[in-house]
Amino acid sequence: MSSKPTTLFDKVWDAHVVRDIQDGPDVFLIDRHFIHEVTSPVAFLGLKNRNVSVMFPERTFATADHNTPTINQHLPVQDPLSAKQLKALEENTFKHGISHWGLGNPKNGIVHVVGPENGITLPGMTIVCGDSHTSTHGAFGCIAFGIGTSEVEMVLASQCIMQPKPKKMRINVNGEMHKGVTAKDVVLYIISKLTAAGATGYFVEYAGSVFESMSMEGRMTVCNMSIEMGARGGMIAPDETTFSYIKGREKAPTGEAWDDALAYWKTLKTDEDASFDIEYNYDGVEIEPMITYGTNPGMGMGITELIPSAEDIDAGKASFAKSLQYMGFHEKEPMLGKKIDYVFIGSCTNGRIEDFRAFASIVKGRKKADNVTAWVVPGSHVVEAQIREEGIYDILIEAGFELRQPGCSACLAMNDDKIPAEKYAVSTSNRNFEGRQGPGARTLLASPLVAAAAAVTGQVTDPRTLIA
Amino acid sequence: MAYDKFTALKSTAVPLPIENVDTDQIIPARFLKATTREGFGDNLFRDWRYNGDDTPKADFVLNNSIYSGKILVGGKNFGSGSSREHAAWAIYDYGFRCVVSSFFADIFKNNSMNIGILPVQVSDAFLHKIFSAIEADPNAELEVSLPDQTITILATGESESFDINGYKKHNLVNGFDDIDYLQAMREEILAFAQKSRY
Ligand code: SF4
Repeated sequence: MSSKPTTLFDKVWDAHVVRDIQDGPDVFLIDRHFIHEVTSPVAFLGLKNRNVSVMFPERTFATADHNTPTINQHLPVQDPLSAKQLKALEENTFKHGISHWGLGNPKNGIVHVVGPENGITLPGMTIVCGDSHTSTHGAFGCIAFGIGTSEVEMVLASQCIMQPKPKKMRINVNGEMHKGVTAKDVVLYIISKLTAAGATGYFVEYAGSVFESMSMEGRMTVCNMSIEMGARGGMIAPDETTFSYIKGREKAPTGEAWDDALAYWKTLKTDEDASFDIEYNYDGVEIEPMITYGTNPGMGMGITELIPSAEDIDAGKASFAKSLQYMGFHEKEPMLGKKIDYVFIGSCTNGRIEDFRAFASIVKGRKKADNVTAWVVPGSHVVEAQIREEGIYDILIEAGFELRQPGCSACLAMNDDKIPAEKYAVSTSNRNFEGRQGPGARTLLASPLVAAAAAVTGQVTDPRTLIA
Repeated sequence: MAYDKFTALKSTAVPLPIENVDTDQIIPARFLKATTREGFGDNLFRDWRYNGDDTPKADFVLNNSIYSGKILVGGKNFGSGSSREHAAWAIYDYGFRCVVSSFFADIFKNNSMNIGILPVQVSDAFLHKIFSAIEADPNAELEVSLPDQTITILATGESESFDINGYKKHNLVNGFDDIDYLQAMREEILAFAQKSRY
């Protein structure tokens, strides 16, 4: 067989196909399965009803994050329904021998933060979780995507899921990036170009110098938001940055196993002549700090631009007016200078140490604006500890912020961290859907730098004006 | 065996001509706290359907008794956003068995088929015709045939075919689910997994 040039995606996918069903999906082996308290209880119930056990408990990891409070985690959880889900996770994982990092565990945190942090996520793996932002793990050259509860049950029962092979898209971003432009801006820019459904049916590979020079944190931010343009997931070829991030982490291979793994990881890249179903090219120079003005992540713009009018946009015309009305904005007005009420920094999109460093770089020596309520929520206890060690905590406190305990928090507002109706929140999370951060809440998605600039000025501000 | 068999369905339909209906609208996150899959229908489209004080919003289609049926017809890019299967449960629990749109988000589509809801993807033009037919007569019926892979507006006789892969079709028609299939190939999976790197 002559070896046809293949993509990174093909290499990982093909290595995991157990059976290729004619006129149907592939049966696809899952290397790592992350579960949390919200989308797993019904899956375990299904197993019980079928009288089936977990096939490979050692390939599944559980953490509690979606529904957990971000203050007083040492106290019993107040909301009885949340408490019940947490208890169900504890009992189910105990019964089936699955490792569980529950509330209070020093390894606890948001599922897509703790996986990489502990070396569970490794290049070339297939990873699923009942959360759509599982695409985060693609930053390591993994095929990682979100699944529904029936599929969670499926993976517990069989370590497989059934998926038709998606089409392949490559997004190349090359060129120098301006100061003050972060990974979050790059991905918000791409989504604003492709629209919220522009990559549906595709799996994306991100390539080009912009991603090559990004940290792992930045790459995770980018891959995390792949789902916001409809993609099944996104991935970036592993390189030295990836390997040095992984080395020494708790579950990472060591000694001979490391050498062996490394040799394999180095093969994980797209061959030169491999082809994609579709490719897009962007120039990093074009990207400025981004902010969203509407109710889906595709409704983003450069922070100094004007909100477009319905005529200017291609997709979503029908909902455009409804969206602006919900946000209380008008066509052709600037976002700069808009007064805001809340700032949320956190989530699996921007809740890693680099994000808090960026936030602190602007907050340092300034004060939180009086009209702003800020929720500063680390992605995990490990991140929280780093924040303290690096002196970021002192900068935050000095500026009038408080640090919360880790969890998903206002990213999906299942716990008490809800933005009140009609209030404006600049948020580093990933979704600005109607009511996502609380009924009636109005979300402006942005980078940690833009969030910090808003937090200290009380309005939408170009962070570049505050960077020394 | 996870759900009822799906073969043909003849029903009036509920129109929701909104694009990008995301799963946070279908079922807001604060209602995801259950540990069983029943009862989600009560909160289907909660924030579009009810005011803050729980009184129904008169202008929302589910509160308009002239529309009913087992088919929900939504605008383009239906079911985007969160992977929560609860969105599909809520639609099922409310009484829908089929959702029609000109475009579906991937995960929602999978989730629907996994619990026995048939997602029918039609062309933009045909979707338009369906909305017009319902607007002209709220009692207009649609007929969906899974074996023939067709959807028909009975009042006008206009029909369009839709795609579904053979495996999923077989499952839906017989009421089988993927786990039944995977259980049957357990040995093959075990052997494959033993050789796998991770
Ligand atoms: S932070 Fe948000 S997107 Fe990330 S896992 Fe939690 S709920 Fe999902």
